[in-house]
This record gives sequence, structure tokens and C-alpha cells, in this order.
Amino acid sequence: METHESLPRLSRRQVLKWFAAAAAASQASPFMAFSQDSLPAAVGYGSDPKVNDIYKRGDFWPLTLSPEQRKTVTALADVILPADDLGPAASQLRVPDFIDEWVSAPYPKQQRDRETVLAGLTWINEESNRQFKKDFADLTIKQQQSLCDVLSKQDHIDSKIRQAASFFRTFTSLSMGAYYSTPEGWKAIGYTGNVPSATFAGPPQEVLDKLGLEQTVKS
Amino acid sequence: MPTISVSQSKSEYDVAIVGSGAGGGQMAYTLTLAGLKCVMLEAGRSYDPVTETPMFQTADQAPLGGVSTPDKDMGFWDSTIDGGWDVPGEPYTQASTNKDQEFTWWRARMMGGRTNHWGRISLRNGPYDFKGRSRDGLGFDWPITYDEIKPYYDKVEMLIGVYGTNEGMENTPDSPPGVLQPPPKGRVGDLMTQKAGKKVCVPVVPIHRAVLTRPLDANTIPAKLHPGNKKAQKIVGDSMRARAACFWATPCGRGCSIAANYQSTTVHLPPALKTGNLDIIPNAHAREVLIGKNGKANGVLFIDKTTGKEERVKAKAVVLAASSGESVRILLNSKNDQFPDGVANSSGLVGKYIMDTVGSSLKGQIPALENLTPHNDDGAGGSHFYSPWWLYKEQLAGKLDFARGYHIEIGGTRRMPGGNSPVPGDYTRGLYGTKLKKEARRYYGSFISLACRGEMLPNDNSFAELDPTVKDKWGIPVLRWHWKWTDHELNMAMHAERTFGSIIEAMGGNVLGTPAKTGLDIIRAGGNVKHEVGGARMGEDSKDSVCNSMNQTWDVKNLFLTDAAPFVTNADKNPTLSIMAFSWRCADHIIEQARQGNL
Ligand SMILES: Cc1cc2nc3c(=O)[nH]c(=O)nc-3n(C[C@H](O)[C@H](O)[C@H](O)COP(=O)(O)OP(=O)(O)OC[C@H]3O[C@@H](n4cnc5c(N)ncnc54)[C@H](O)[C@@H]3O)c2cc1C
Ligand code: SF4
Repeated sequence: METHESLPRLSRRQVLKWFAAAAAASQASPFMAFSQDSLPAAVGYGSDPKVNDIYKRGDFWPLTLSPEQRKTVTALADVILPADDLGPAASQLRVPDFIDEWVSAPYPKQQRDRETVLAGLTWINEESNRQFKKDFADLTIKQQQSLCDVLSKQDHIDSKIRQAASFFRTFTSLSMGAYYSTPEGWKAIGYTGNVPSATFAGPPQEVLDKLGLEQTVKS
Repeated sequence: MPTISVSQSKSEYDVAIVGSGAGGGQMAYTLTLAGLKCVMLEAGRSYDPVTETPMFQTADQAPLGGVSTPDKDMGFWDSTIDGGWDVPGEPYTQASTNKDQEFTWWRARMMGGRTNHWGRISLRNGPYDFKGRSRDGLGFDWPITYDEIKPYYDKVEMLIGVYGTNEGMENTPDSPPGVLQPPPKGRVGDLMTQKAGKKVCVPVVPIHRAVLTRPLDANTIPAKLHPGNKKAQKIVGDSMRARAACFWATPCGRGCSIAANYQSTTVHLPPALKTGNLDIIPNAHAREVLIGKNGKANGVLFIDKTTGKEERVKAKAVVLAASSGESVRILLNSKNDQFPDGVANSSGLVGKYIMDTVGSSLKGQIPALENLTPHNDDGAGGSHFYSPWWLYKEQLAGKLDFARGYHIEIGGTRRMPGGNSPVPGDYTRGLYGTKLKKEARRYYGSFISLACRGEMLPNDNSFAELDPTVKDKWGIPVLRWHWKWTDHELNMAMHAERTFGSIIEAMGGNVLGTPAKTGLDIIRAGGNVKHEVGGARMGEDSKDSVCNSMNQTWDVKNLFLTDAAPFVTNADKNPTLSIMAFSWRCADHIIEQARQGNL
């Protein structure tokens, strides 16, 4: 069997160019971040990270919040998700680490959230100093809650407070994402899965009864 | 997965197979068990689900809680490696800047392709689906009937293992007795939808999915699949015994290290390799089908990605199964004196009539599900129930403003939380402290989403061609996509939206989001459901199709296409089970040709 030899080939130059690109790519994901907010140029985990490892916050890119910022994050997260009958406080479940990892990540969505979060942290400390002459983290819980009461209202006219309220929503959502990632968080919200089992029974009878349902798949 | 490097390849093979997903995996399985010597070229790296799958990893153990990022479009643990909406250095382009005409292309670049993370929904096309034009005058007929392909659906289901029930519904074929595995129990969301469906006349039944709810019967199935072939029976039996039944935890999209669901890498490739008849070359990006002076295919030209060099393998027959879009691209890029417009393209139809699935969804919040007693709802890592299309008669009677059907996939309820907030912000807005935690617990698990998966009719404005200027990092021309929905698809999406609204209301629930004004508000972009099929359709006549009903190209007798490129239409039934059935049938044809010395 013969072959047509007139086929287009890669030029030597193309091969070399490709090699250079491949070498660069093997060290860095195409996702290079160039920060606005003094974020060190970090890279993402790439399109082929080892997914079956167990990671800690900061394993892929450095955490970047200052000790001051972390103090505020910790205090705020604990007001939003305090210790109570449903479970421990946010800081005990390392929610601040998650938020730090999030705002330090080199991806577009996280970079946008970084701007929101950093501005919000500044706002909340300035406001706390204006009202109480102290940083947010050093306020009493009542004082902290009074600030959160303002931020959790929906109908602000002042554009600065509106922005801060939007920060509060973002921050709450991130904190919840972090909190409910943990075994304690699962307990708090009522998730009981991720355990292997020989059979799947479906919803318990009590649940079916409450909802007026019948299990239609009989064994 | 045992692989070879280019330098270890043999001087000639019986068959070269491009791609290791559903189509390529099935082809390699059938051919090698029958004794043919095959080489498989796979553009991605080798991948072993047994050792690489993150089964029980949780959100507190993954970067960003495992949420999706541009590096991993479907989240950290999704078993897509080096693929997704963007593949660096391998662009594709859009013919239009109009958002409504955008085509989005999900590509895999790994051993096993998209079968590592697919949803495992495995539905047979029914009799109408092959003869749509005869039935309603639209689209095209396939050159084959349901009865002709049926034995291959039976075989594929027996091999991969599919759970579900036989409901005897119109154009929703039953499987022979004993073929299906038992269905899993309904979850709360399934049973709620089923009950509400009764009120609004929408049937809800167990879905069919390629997940083992009990071990395969390794003692009897192999003899049914490979009668008279003792060696094949032994290999397949051993391979079946190595697969465990589902243990009712861990999302299937991560892959399955115990091989309880179908992946090419756990079901097709291991027995094929066991025969000793298969060499797999990973990181081998096929560029062109090589054609000899006699007009027959004699091998494949590819880029060895480990060196960047062009290489060749020789074979007596070539099978393309690189996923429909990529196989179209290879055909169009295989140009020579005999085939100036691309190999097998004398009809001019290569790249034409590409279809995706009509996708839209609606979410509801169901007060009855609030504060439910916690219970484990993980189940089989994917859907348990669905609604097959139920309005065939109304449609035929002209009562609907769209021609073809959709099925409903049910999404819900008590999924593993973490990463993103488990409750939409609207439900906890303005709250913090213990009140927030209580409300999160109240609403968690109270949401149900219903998704439309419907048939798109083939049209003249949805096709792919080579971009005249843009090339990938190896200098290979890339595809440029044209896309346009017609009123059939847009009206279908609106019908689905109204149906979903009525089901959610029948559950006493509240619909989330603002109502759509037109189908364009809700339909997902072309390609977004990742069921792109067509581009090299089969037919009765070489002037009007690219290949015959055996997936064999008219122009080059020893060139076969066994991904979804030969699909003539795209029934609402997800395509993969059909890809495998046609691939097996085509493989039997190749084996027969080889026996007769015709390769
Ligand atoms: C998230 C998701 C969920 C899905 N769920 C379902 C579902 O529930 N049911 C269903 O029926 N379908 C589903 N699908 C679709 C299903 O995955 C595909 O229909 C199926 O995998 C197609 O098989 P294939 O062999 O044609 O292509 P693929 O599985 O994509 O495999 C093609 C292989 O070819 C390789 N390749 C590509 N180009 C080249 C080249 N130039 N040279 C060499 N190798 C190449 C690729 O790396 C890949 O490994 C889903 C898809 C996705 C992404
Ligand atoms: S749910 Fe079952 S089939 Fe799916 S990954 Fe988990 S064990 Fe495997």
C-alpha cells in the first residue's frame, strides 16, 4: 500500500514554537493572574491537577490576606455563623482560611470577589471606628450585630452602604459555602450521605408519610 | 492503563481506531475479541479510573471547595482532564457574533473521552426516531429501522449494565426480559414529581442509566454476547467479575473506581487490552486519514504530542470515533488529489446537519420539603426517574406548535453541600447568626429542578466547516461553527417551561426566576447539552449522505465513522447508547469483511 507523500507537514519552526509553549504550559496553567490589588502573580491548578489528593487551603496558591484583614474576616464570619445548637462557630471550621484561599485565587470570578471583599472589610472597619472608635473585631457582639443589621437591610439609598450590603451578601454566601463543606456543617444542615452502603432504601417511611408519598419502586 | 509509545507500534494493523470514548471503546472491544489487531490513537493522556478517581473527597479537602473554575469547568473532581469548553492551543471559531447563533463545544482530551464523566443516561431510540420524515414529513429518515438495530441495543445493555424498567410506552422501547438491572428506589424529588405529574398528566417513571445496581451475571451474559467464542467469553466474564455493584454514594461525574458504572476505561478497554490484540497510543492527535493511490484508506497521520512530531500508523481499515465534531474536522482536513474537499465528502455533506439537544430548565422551591427529616438521598450518583415524551398522539394530530418530543430530567434535592452556598441567596437574604443557620437547614433540600432534553430537527443553518485562517497549535485548521435554532426548538422550550411550571405548582411549589417571553430566553446555546451529533449522516444514497447504514463511508470502503457523526436525527434520547449500538454493529460488519478478505 502506498501513501501520498504530498501531505502538509509541521515546519521545524512550528515544532520549536510548540515545544516552547508546551514547556511553559507544563510549569504554569494558562490561567495567569496579574493582580490589581497587590496579589502576587499566582497560577491556577491547571487542567490536570491530581484530584484524588486531600488539600489544605494554600496548597495551590499563597493565602494573601493580612493579619488585620484575617482578624476582621474571622470576627465577621463568627457573627454570621456563630456557635449554637446547630454547630460550632465559623472560625472553628476554618471558614476564614477558605475565604482567604478564595480571594487569593487567580481566577476571574474570585478576583472580582476579592475586590468586593477587600473593599467591604475596609468599609466595615472604618464604620466601626467611626461609630465605636474600635476595629470591628474588638467590638462587643451587640455592636457587631448592630453593624450587621445595617448591612443586611435591602433598601439602602446611600451608594456606599449599598456596596457594603452587597459585600455582606457575598461574604455570607462564601462563609456558607465554606461552613457547609465540613462534617460539622453537614450535620448543621442535615446532610447525611457520602457513606457507602450495600443497599439504597430511599426516603424513610416517616418522610413518605409526612409528604403523602408512596415508594413506587418496590424491591 | 497499559499503553505503547509510537516507536513500539507495529508496522501494520488490521484496523486503526481514532478516539477511545464510547464509539472507539466499543469498536476496539468488538474487533479485538474477534481477533483483529487494532491500534487506537487517543489525543489525551492515559487515565486509570481505579487509581485516579476522587471517590469520597469532600469540599473542605479541595481548592475553593471544589467549585468550577476555568481550569476545571465542571468543578475540581469532575473527571474531565485537559478538556472542557476551552482546550488551550486548540481553538474553534464562530461564524456569527450573534449570541443566539453561538455554538459551544465540550471536548474531552483523555483516555475514555467523555464517558468518564457522562451522566450515564442510556435511552434507546424508538421506531419513530429512525423514520421521522415518514411520520411527519420533517427532517430525514435513517436508512435503518429500530428492529434492525435492536439486537445491538440488547447486547450493549447486557455488556455495560443498565438499570431501569420496561414501561411499554409509545416509542420508548422495552428491553427483553432479564436485560435491565433493577431500578433504584425513588428519591423524595422523584416521588414528588411523579405524584404531581399525575395531576397534570405527565408520566414519571424510572430512568435507564448505565449503573450496576447488582453485579453483572458474569456466568451467563458473556455466552450471549460472544456465542461460540470461548476466549472472548472468558475475558469478558473476568472483566464483568472485576466490576462491583454501586455502593450508593459518590457522584458518578467524578468517575467510578469500582467500575459500577459504564466508562470506556473500565468496561470496554480492559477486556480489549486483555486479548493482546490492542495497542493504545496516548497523546496521539490524529490529523488526517491517509489514502492510498487505490483510493482506500491505509492509515492515519497524527501528531505525537510528546515530541510534537508527525507520525503515521498503517492499517487495512480506519475507524474515526474522535467525537462527531472532531471526526468531521479530520475528514475535512484529509485533502488530496482524489478528495480535494476532504475525504468521503463527494456528497458535500461532511459537516452538515449537526444537531444538539434542546436544553432548558426550571427550578422550584417546594414548601412541603422544608425542614424535612434528614436522610441520605445520594442514591446512584445521578438520575433515578424521568418523564419520557408523552404527547406523540397530540403532536401527530397537529395540536402542538413543535414537531418532536422532549423528556424531562429531574434534579434535586439533598445533594452533598459545600463549595457554593447550599441555599440560593434569595432565601437567606438579610439573615445572619443562628437565624441564618436555621433558615439554611429549613430550605436545604427543598428545591427541585426540571430539565428539558428535546429533539432538535436538522436544519441547513447548523453546520461546521474549516475556518479559512485559524489553526491550532500544530498548524491544523480548526472548525468554524454555524448555528441556528428554528421555531420547533424554541416553541418546545416554551412548552417545557409551561409544563414545568404546572408540575411545580401541582407540588404546591413556587417557580424561581422570571418567566421567559420567548424560547430564546431559556434555550441553552447550541452544543451546551454536549449531545452534538451529525455532520456525516448515513443514508440510502451516496449523493445524499456520507456513509451507509453500516457507518461505512460511500467514497472510501474501508473507512468507518462510529461516533455520532453518522446520526441522521437527534431524538430526545441521549445519544451514547445509540453510538455504542451502531459501533458494535459496524464492528461486526468489519469482522465479516475481514473474514472475506475484503479489508
Ligand atoms: C457532562 C456530560 C454529561 C453527559 N451525559 C450524557 C448522558 O447522560 N447520556 C448520554 O447518552 N450522553 C451523555 N453525554 C454525551 C456523551 O458523553 C457523548 O455522547 C459520548 O461520550 C460520545 O462518545 P464519542 O466516542 O463519540 O466521543 P468522546 O467520548 O468524546 O470520545 C472521543 C475521544 O476522541 C479523542 N479525540 C478527539 N480528537 C482526537 C484526535 N484528533 N485524535 C485522536 N483522538 C482524538 C478524545 O480525546 C476522546 O477521548 C454527556 C456529556 C457530557 C460532557
Ligand atoms: S454512585 Fe455508584 S456508580 Fe456512581 S460513582 Fe458512586 S459507586 Fe460508582
